[in-house]
Amino acid sequence: MSLAASVRVDRGPLTVELDLEVADGEVLAVLGPNGAGKSTLLRVLAGLLPPDDGRVAVGAETWDDVPAGVRVPAHERRLGMVFQDHLLFPHLSVTDNVAFGLRTRGRGKPAARAAARDWLARVGIAELGDRRPGRLSGGQAQRAALARALVGEPALLLLDEPLSALDARTRLTVRAELRRHLGEFPGSTVLVTHDPVDAMALADRVVVVEAGRVVQAGTPADVSRHPRTDYVARLVGLALLPGTGEGTTVRLDGGGRVAVAEEAAGPVFVAVRPESVALWPARPEGSPRNVWPARLVSATPHGSTVRCELDGEVPLLADVTAAAFAELGLAPGTPVWASVKASDVAVYAR
Amino acid sequence: MSRRALLGTALVLVLVLAGCGGSAGGSATAPSDGPAEPGGTLTVFAAASLTDVFPGLGEQLEADHPGLDVRFTFAGSSALATQVAQGAPADVFASANESQMAVVTEAGLADGEPQVFAANVLQIAVPAGNPAGVTGLADLAREELTIAVCAPQVPCGAAAEDVFAAAGLEAAPDTLEEDVRAALTKVELGEVDAALVYTTDVTAAGDAVEGIDVPQAERAVNDYPIAVLADAPNPQAAAAFVELVRSDQGQQALADAGFRTP
Amino acid sequence: MRRRSEPGVPLPLLVPAVLAVAFLVLPLAGLVLRTPWAELGPQLTSPAVGQALRLSLVSATAATALSLVLGVPLAWVLARSRARGRSVLRALVTVPLVLPPVVGGVALFLVLGRQGLVGRWLDQALDVTIPFTTTAVVIAETFVAMPFLVISVEGALRAADARFEDAAATLGADRWTTFRRVTLPLVAPGIAAGAVLCWARALGEFGATITFAGNFPGTTQTMPLAVYLALQQDPDAAIVLSLVLLAVSVATLLLLRDRWLTRAVR
Repeated sequence: MSLAASVRVDRGPLTVELDLEVADGEVLAVLGPNGAGKSTLLRVLAGLLPPDDGRVAVGAETWDDVPAGVRVPAHERRLGMVFQDHLLFPHLSVTDNVAFGLRTRGRGKPAARAAARDWLARVGIAELGDRRPGRLSGGQAQRAALARALVGEPALLLLDEPLSALDARTRLTVRAELRRHLGEFPGSTVLVTHDPVDAMALADRVVVVEAGRVVQAGTPADVSRHPRTDYVARLVGLALLPGTGEGTTVRLDGGGRVAVAEEAAGPVFVAVRPESVALWPARPEGSPRNVWPARLVSATPHGSTVRCELDGEVPLLADVTAAAFAELGLAPGTPVWASVKASDVAVYAR
Repeated sequence: MSRRALLGTALVLVLVLAGCGGSAGGSATAPSDGPAEPGGTLTVFAAASLTDVFPGLGEQLEADHPGLDVRFTFAGSSALATQVAQGAPADVFASANESQMAVVTEAGLADGEPQVFAANVLQIAVPAGNPAGVTGLADLAREELTIAVCAPQVPCGAAAEDVFAAAGLEAAPDTLEEDVRAALTKVELGEVDAALVYTTDVTAAGDAVEGIDVPQAERAVNDYPIAVLADAPNPQAAAAFVELVRSDQGQQALADAGFRTP
Repeated sequence: MRRRSEPGVPLPLLVPAVLAVAFLVLPLAGLVLRTPWAELGPQLTSPAVGQALRLSLVSATAATALSLVLGVPLAWVLARSRARGRSVLRALVTVPLVLPPVVGGVALFLVLGRQGLVGRWLDQALDVTIPFTTTAVVIAETFVAMPFLVISVEGALRAADARFEDAAATLGADRWTTFRRVTLPLVAPGIAAGAVLCWARALGEFGATITFAGNFPGTTQTMPLAVYLALQQDPDAAIVLSLVLLAVSVATLLLLRDRWLTRAVR
């Protein structure tokens, strides 16, 4: 039941043009900023939006084939979809919500309800079946929505920002549960998210979409370690600097040089983790080979540290402790010196 | 809330406004120089059936008396009588029957005896070509025809009842119309086979409608009385208007419109 | 019917609101004050009044039912379809709102009358004549009242989150199933409100009815017609009849509200 999609959709100024393949049992995360075309992609896959060109096939079934004039309407596609704000029908009980898809596909009421109850038990909210969705917490509602999407044994599961409406604590538990259910799900899954943590935790593979195009694809670990666009780098908390390798030095496209531990040649990316950047009130003496003057642009609390955005010859992110931040007397506009050990700089081919 | 409430509301508003409206409106800036030329504004309340006659007479009066502005309110006689009784600032009231004039005279609101200035008789109106072949009053008792008669609450309906009673006939109407013009409209549209309306209405409708005389209608001739009102803001002009209506010229205009004149 | 404990209504809102209440309630109060109560008993028990009242309730209810059957689908088309000419269609739907009802009655004649476009054929081929029948009353009331339903249901449909319909589609529901099992329940409060408006408008309908259906006790004389004719002769009787109509409609609406509306709105 693998998914193979190659579609083009024109949405005003944005043209979404994406090729995707998702194997059985595989979870593909589509990661990207708002307006990149992620939701458009999901709507096309679900049959809610006709593509302007291309094909969508699941297993042996063709769902869309624009050149051949094939279009299977949404309600005839064997799919399940979970929406950001669950979209449980407010006028039906939780059980009837979950049973809805079975009823529309011809299952009798008692059988559909029984299956719905089974699934509510599997997602851990068996006792809430008689409630109206309005009386569920966010996490409970999203569990019910997942049960509703999975109860019909779909060939394709579409998850549209399934965790983003939840608070941080609930998100952790629901994410863990979602991970378990995705592990058991035999079909293909497409997860749309703008949260890299969701992508890392849930997906087997990640594609990064910006402005309607895939800009990077790979395993979550690969993408997070070797971002290829500024967006991904910021997302995973890295400063990304394109440049040209010249032995153990990289000449940056934006000016300046970075010393690296491994030899590099040709076009490369240099990635610097914020926690490996040290800040000094004056030029530091001694060993570091990478020392740059910089100016503080902004500072935001980030866990137990403060993330500082630096501007200068080499734009960087730096994480410093709150105590150090206070000691340095940092404020936007303050000049500082930043240093990074050569061994802490990642370098990889562009 | 709509028409139901609207009707009630309108009714009450009329009553409420009437309470404080005695001297408002009309603004009859009556001539100050004694019994000289009529001037200012003259307000005439007249039965709807006079719509085609009175405006011509009003223009005549305005031409005779520069500075005079004649205004007409045409409506059902009973509605007008109610308004007069509630203190509407009218100068002249011309009714389509004597019973509604009686409402005004009994309330002591008429200045002197009302004068009968015209009469109207009922006639059968049929659509042009008379598709149902109506010949007389007896056809209005045939169930298979679609017949319109005025509702007994309005003057033409009361007259119709008298006519049917005189003829010893049981009318078979399909609708009891709220006024004579509504009955006539249905004849004009060809939606009824016949209606009992006034001769003047048949005249006014022109070629769209044919009239059939009803001998029994002589039993229910409607006299039209006219009176100057006791509280008339402009009694001088009011008297002039009544005089004009009763003059040869006025009587000729009424006759042209199908009225009988006394 | 939750009551806010917060005391302050801003003065710029309070004053017009009080005026509005006065404007709406005082005429009714006047009606009640002017009512010759002695006449109430005889009028209430008079068979003619009972007949007119029954006809009013039956025809207004039938007109509301007809409006629901035809108007809700029309509202759906206006709110959901992407067909061109929708704005023109919407403008046409609201025509009966601005048309003087008497003109509406004449227009109905021109279509459904014996000489009308459709009516002529009905008359000749099927021997069916509509004017001057109770059917004509229902048609006239529907013509005038249905726009109220359509507009309020369309508003409810626009306000309802269309993504619920997307969700239903991903659950295997075709558009008809989606409409029945998702859209309709979601906009039920809007439909109820529209139906109440429609019913009230139909109950008070006068102009189109008296023109198209005529006035005959028992078949086409509804309460507003009876009130109007009573007004020609006996204003006191007219006031009593108005009050009866008012009382019955308010009672009906209150009953519905308790039984059904509040539940739908919740």
